[in-house]
Amino acid sequence: MVVNDYKLLPAGDTALSVEFGDRIDRQLSGLVLGLARSLNEAAISGVIECVPTFRSLMIYYDPLLLPYKVLSARIAALIQGLHATETAGRIWRLPACYDESVAPDLADVAARTNLKQVDVVERHSTATYHVYMLGFLPGQPYMGDVANELALPRRQSPRIKIPAGSLAIAMTMTCIFPSETPCGWHLIGRCPVPLWDMGRGASTPLLRPGDKVGFEPVSLREYEILLAKAADGQLAIAPVDELRDAAA
Amino acid sequence: MTPCLHVLAPGLLTTIQDRGRVGYQHLGVPVSGALDPVSLRAANLLVGNPPDAGALEVACIGPTLAVEADDVRMAVVGATVAIEVLPDAAAPGGRPVSGMQSLNLRRGEVLRIGALTGATVLYVAVEGGFDIEPVLGSVSTDIRCGIGGWQGRALVAGDRLPLRQERATKRDEVCLDGFIVRPRPRVRVIKGPQFDHFADGEVAAFLDSKYTVGPSADRMGMRLTGRTLRHSRGSDIVSDGIAPGSIQVPGSGQPIVLLADRQTTGGYPKIATVISADLPALARLPVGATVSFEAVTVEAAEAARREYVAGLAAMKDRIAPVRRTVVDIVPRLHECNLVSGFIDAAA
Repeated sequence: MVVNDYKLLPAGDTALSVEFGDRIDRQLSGLVLGLARSLNEAAISGVIECVPTFRSLMIYYDPLLLPYKVLSARIAALIQGLHATETAGRIWRLPACYDESVAPDLADVAARTNLKQVDVVERHSTATYHVYMLGFLPGQPYMGDVANELALPRRQSPRIKIPAGSLAIAMTMTCIFPSETPCGWHLIGRCPVPLWDMGRGASTPLLRPGDKVGFEPVSLREYEILLAKAADGQLAIAPVDELRDAAA
Repeated sequence: MTPCLHVLAPGLLTTIQDRGRVGYQHLGVPVSGALDPVSLRAANLLVGNPPDAGALEVACIGPTLAVEADDVRMAVVGATVAIEVLPDAAAPGGRPVSGMQSLNLRRGEVLRIGALTGATVLYVAVEGGFDIEPVLGSVSTDIRCGIGGWQGRALVAGDRLPLRQERATKRDEVCLDGFIVRPRPRVRVIKGPQFDHFADGEVAAFLDSKYTVGPSADRMGMRLTGRTLRHSRGSDIVSDGIAPGSIQVPGSGQPIVLLADRQTTGGYPKIATVISADLPALARLPVGATVSFEAVTVEAAEAARREYVAGLAAMKDRIAPVRRTVVDIVPRLHECNLVSGFIDAAA
């Protein structure tokens, strides 16, 4: 597939945003993650790092080694060979507790979507989500797409602090918040798995852009046991499978 | 006993910073690092450290630090400030010393740094640096994420910061001569990734206006107050990356320049980006300072960066022995400490 529809948008003289669109869209995400991968594989001298987002790839570079004109030509060449297939990624099933005691917005979400609480949980936990990007806090995954029936705008008044591990939805996105933070999303559960155990020396987060994530509902009691295990560094979660890109 | 600096008073916001955590933004980790890498470099060079070594970044009000090592070489560079060396922690006062030069402090002596003026931050470098483990390749403190630096937080009274060196290397003290003041009348920017999200004439109006540095400037961003900028299609965008110096405009219409502790991604339109050569100077501006912007091309920004990097590289050539006689230190201090970010390599 030939990709013609992209923009090179300078973000100052040390960063360049390659924008494929302005929507949250799996196809755009495939292009973004595909370009990130070819850029990393190309190991171009002067490229410092690249940051995938929903619809664009931000490339940080040293213009004294790699002037803007040279970089844009390299990007154009890489995009010519780009394929918008789903990228390789790992498949996860993460435990999630949807008990009302840890899901303060579950009743509200049910009321606003005209669903029963069990149906909200069912719809959220039976989908497999694509990790579009990590951002906001270290290791924090922005995942989608949430079923349209559950899509709600953010809360009118954001909470000042939500607990670590909060599982939340907003629009067609779902997210696990790795640590306490202000938040305007709807809290529908809790995930006990540490997303990045830096305190125990983990050098990478659990999830990466391109991974696929499903949720396994657990009872409050099971959740508490898992949480205690996590606190002791004993909760090891491994991917259930790995997706391989056909073209890789 | 481990050699250390004992924090008697922490100051308002004192953190350890180096050049930042490069290479982890795709995992959601902000870069952090020194707000003013030019002054960080000067402080490090004065004590003989690598230019980007971790040093204390001090905002608004300085700390009081007691030496618990045989002796230690230190240097203070940045804002204009009163600096004293007290003979011990109980002494009511001590001898005034100047910034922009290395100082040797003996065991029990206390470095006391007052309130900063003329710039937002200063740096205190110690010879050999602090003996702390980098997190993801950097010792920079990221308070929001609680990582790096000293226990992932700003200093508090009672902290003991371990030093790598038990004693200072035997050598004469040095100063940095001719660290020239070159304020730029207008900060140079490149049009931002979402400049087309603003109503007709708004980009021109932004470039024609004067803005004031607002009181809630911090390490994450500098809030500017001035002419309100109108969006043409709402103030929300689908999140994309945030480069250093991005000027984002939220719903209020008042621009925010994003600095070292910025989030990796965000969802407000960005009208412009401050060029890399001008960002340290802008980040240094204190609350109440006024600023205006001019648009330049990417090529012009690259030329400015070449000049900036050459200036940084030439800084080491300006290290000179401290004159032993009493010199007119005060005018020199004023000259040095009003640094705007421009080191004139040719001067």
